[in-house]
Amino acid sequence: MIDYHAPLRDMQFILDELAGLPDLAALPACEEASPDLVAAILEEAGKFATGVLAPTNRQGDLEGCRLEGERVIVPKGWQAAYDQFRESGWLGLSLPEQYGGQGLPKLVSTPVWEMWFSSNMAFTMLPQLNVGQAEALLIAASEQQKATWLEKIVSGEWAATMNLTEPQAGSDLAATRMRAEPDADGDYRLFGQKIYISYGEHELTPNILHLVLARLPDAPEGVKGLSLFLVPKYRLDADGNPGEQNDVRCISIEHKMGIHGSPTCTLSFGDQGGAVGQLVGEPHQGLKTMFVMMNEARFGVGVQGLALGERAYQAALEHARERVQGRNVVSGEMGLPILHHPDVKRMLVGMRARLLAMRTFLYTAAGWFDLARHHPDAEVADRHRRYVDLLMPVAKGWCTEVGNDLCDEAIQVFGGMGFVEETGVAQLFRDARIITIYEGTTGIQANDLLGRKILRENGETLCELLDDIRACASSVGEDERLAELAEGLDEMLDALAATTDWLLAQGKDQTAALYGGAVPLLHLLGTVCGGWQLARAAQAAQRQRDAGEGDADHLADVIELARFYMASIAPEAAAHARAVRDGGRVLARFPEGGL
Amino acid sequence: MKVLVALKRVIDYNVKIRVKPDHSDVDLTNVKMAMNPFCEIAVEEAVRLKEAGVATEVVAVTVGPKAAQEQLRTALALGADRAIHVDTSVQTDAPVESLAAAKLLAKVVDAEQPGLTILGKQAIDSDNNQVGQMLAALTGRPQGTFASEVVVDGGTGEERLKVTREIDGGLQTVALPLPAIVTTDLRLNEPRYAKLPDIMKAKKKPLDTQTPDELGVSVSSGLKRIRVEPPAERQGGVKVGSVDELVDKLKNEAQAL
Repeated sequence: MIDYHAPLRDMQFILDELAGLPDLAALPACEEASPDLVAAILEEAGKFATGVLAPTNRQGDLEGCRLEGERVIVPKGWQAAYDQFRESGWLGLSLPEQYGGQGLPKLVSTPVWEMWFSSNMAFTMLPQLNVGQAEALLIAASEQQKATWLEKIVSGEWAATMNLTEPQAGSDLAATRMRAEPDADGDYRLFGQKIYISYGEHELTPNILHLVLARLPDAPEGVKGLSLFLVPKYRLDADGNPGEQNDVRCISIEHKMGIHGSPTCTLSFGDQGGAVGQLVGEPHQGLKTMFVMMNEARFGVGVQGLALGERAYQAALEHARERVQGRNVVSGEMGLPILHHPDVKRMLVGMRARLLAMRTFLYTAAGWFDLARHHPDAEVADRHRRYVDLLMPVAKGWCTEVGNDLCDEAIQVFGGMGFVEETGVAQLFRDARIITIYEGTTGIQANDLLGRKILRENGETLCELLDDIRACASSVGEDERLAELAEGLDEMLDALAATTDWLLAQGKDQTAALYGGAVPLLHLLGTVCGGWQLARAAQAAQRQRDAGEGDADHLADVIELARFYMASIAPEAAAHARAVRDGGRVLARFPEGGL
Repeated sequence: MKVLVALKRVIDYNVKIRVKPDHSDVDLTNVKMAMNPFCEIAVEEAVRLKEAGVATEVVAVTVGPKAAQEQLRTALALGADRAIHVDTSVQTDAPVESLAAAKLLAKVVDAEQPGLTILGKQAIDSDNNQVGQMLAALTGRPQGTFASEVVVDGGTGEERLKVTREIDGGLQTVALPLPAIVTTDLRLNEPRYAKLPDIMKAKKKPLDTQTPDELGVSVSSGLKRIRVEPPAERQGGVKVGSVDELVDKLKNEAQAL
C-alpha cells in the first residue's frame, strides 16, 4: 500500500509567501483565515487524509462498485469514511456559514481538497459533488429552495449529483433531449436518460438530490433552451423528510479504467409517469448557471492533477529510496537504492519541480478567486476576475496533463513493479486518466483559451498578464544570484509574446490553422505560468534565506527546483510555440483522406 | 468533577530524528512538532469522561515554550474547555526536566483542584516516564499509572476510581479514592480526529498563560546532558546453514546463550 503524507511544508510556504494568505486574511470578509488557524486546519486535514481516506483508496479500487437490481453497492470502507468525513464538518469548509459551512476562502479550502484528492480521489468525488451543487443552488435557487435543501447539502446529510450528459449530448450540451413538463401541482415531470452520473445512486445517505439539465416544452433549440431542475431520489414528506421514492432509477453502471470506487451511473427518469422535480432559477437559463460555476469546476479538476501527481511522486520517491538495483555509475558501488541513478533522480527532481510549479500556480489562482470576490477595490477585484477567466482553461488543461505525466513517470521509476497492480502506483495512473477528459477535455480547454479568452478580446488580458510576468522577471533579475531564472523566464516570455502577436495578426481564413495549434498553445501558456510561479517562489525563498527565516535547506531546494525547471522544462516553451505557429498550418492543409 | 489533562509538545512521531553535529541534543530546527501521542490518549480520555457526564469541565495544561500553545489549541479543538500554558521560555530555552514539570503541574493542581488529573505515561522525546508519578508524590494524591481502562463509579462523596494497569505479568486493577492521578498507556483508547467546526471554535476558548515565577517554581536544571548519540545503524544479518550452526553462533558469537 502507498502511504500519503500531506506536503504541509510546501503548502504552508506557498500560502504564506506566494499566494497571499496574510493579505487575504486582512480583508474584512476573510478575517477568520488567520495564519495560526489555517495551520491548525491543514494539520488536522493532513491527519485525516493519512489516517482515514488514504487507507481506503486501494481497497476501493480493488473492490469497485456493483449493481444489484436497482441498488448500487459501493466499496465497503466508503460508509465509515463518509460518515466520519461528514461528522467532522469538512464538507462545509468553504461554504457559507448561513447554511452550516465555515465560509473560509478558496485559498484555504484548496490545499485541503488537494489532500482529499491525493488520499482518495474516487471517494472524494462524492463530497465534491455536494460543494458543486451547493454553489449552483446559491447562484440560482429561490430562497425557499435554499432553505429546504442547502443545509442538508452543506452538511452532507444528503448527497448530490450533477446530471448533464446524455448519450448524444456529451461535450455538446446543445443536443440535450431530457424533457421537463409542468404538472398540475406546480412541479415538473422529467423524462429521459442521463449517463455518466457520478454517484448517481448509492445508499450512503438517506437521500440524493439530482440537479438535472432538461428542456421545457416551449424551450428554444440549442443551449439557450436548457433549464435546471432539482429532482430528489426520495420526495420529501410533509415534515421535510425523505418519503416516497421518485421516478428515477439507476439502470446500469459503467466498467471503467479508473476511479473504480466512484459509481458512474446511467439514470432513467420518468419510466413510471415522470420524475417529480422543481425548476431551479429562470426557465431556459440553466446553462448560464453552469457557466458561472465552470471556472470553479475546472479549477477543482486542475487540483486533482496536482493531487494525483503528488501521491505518485511520494510513491515513486519511497520506492527509489528502497529498491536496490544496479551499479553506481561513478563509484561502481553495488547495493545502492536506485535513487543514485542519475536518470531516476532526474525523473524525481522533475516531478518535484513540476509539483511545486503547479501548486504555486493553483494556490495563487485560488487567491485570485478570493480577491475577485472580496477585494473592496473594484479595479483590483476585476483584474483578478479576468485572470481567473483567462487562466482557468490552463489550470484545468495544463495541470491535468502534467498530472497524468507525473503518474506515468512514477510508473517508470517503479519499472516492472509499477506495471503490476500490486504496488498501487498503477491505480494512480488509471485514476488520473479521466481528469483530462471530464469537465471539458484538454482540446475543449484549449479552444476556449484561444477563442473566447484570447481572440475574442484581442489578447487584452493575456497582454496584461505578459506585462505582469515580465515585471516579475525583471524584479527577479535584480538579484544576481537569481539572474539565470530571470533569463529563463524572459526567454519563455519572448516565445509567448511572439506567438501572441502572430495569433492576433492572423485573418479569419487561418481559423483552422489556429485551432489546430490550440493545445500546444495551452501547453505553452501552462509552461510559462509554471516558470513564472517558480521564479516567484525562488525569489521568496532567497528573501527568507537572506533574512535568516525559515528552513534553510528547504528554501535552498526551492531555488534549485526553479533552476531545474528553467534548465530542463522551460525550453519546451519554444517547441510549443513552434507547434502553434507551424504545426497548425500543416495540420490545416493535411487531407483527411490521408489518414 | 473537573478533569485536568497535562500534555507535552514533542517532535512529531513521523519525523526521522537527527542529532545535532556537536552531539549536544536532538536537532529540532524547523522540525515538525506535535502533541505527544500518550498525551493525545490522555486528552481523549478526559473528553470521553465529559461526554459520559462524569466530568463537568476539562482543563488542558502544558509546560513548555510559547509554541506549545499550538498543542493546547489542538486539545481545545478535541474538546477541552479551557487551557493553561505555563510558559517556561521566560526562564529557559532548554527542555524542562521531569521534576520541574511535576512541580509546576503540582501548583496548577493546587490552584485548580481537579478531581482527576490525567497525563500520558511518558513523552516520546525523552521517554522518562516520571512526571505522573512525581506529581502524585508532590500532591499527595494516589496514582494509577499505565492505564488501559479507567472507570469512575460510585456516587458523590464516595466516588472511587478503578484503573486497570498494564503491567509485566498482565493486567492489574487498582481502586483509588479521588482526587487522583492517572497516566495513560497506549491501549486506553483511540484518539479521535478534531472536527473542523471545533478547530474554529478552539480559537475562541480561553487560554491563560502563567510563568514559573508566578507559580514560585524554578525550572533551572539539576541534570547535565553529556552527549547525544543516534542509535547504531542496524547491521546486516547472516544466513545460517543449520540449527547447530545457529546454536553455535548464539553461544559463541552473540553470547546470547
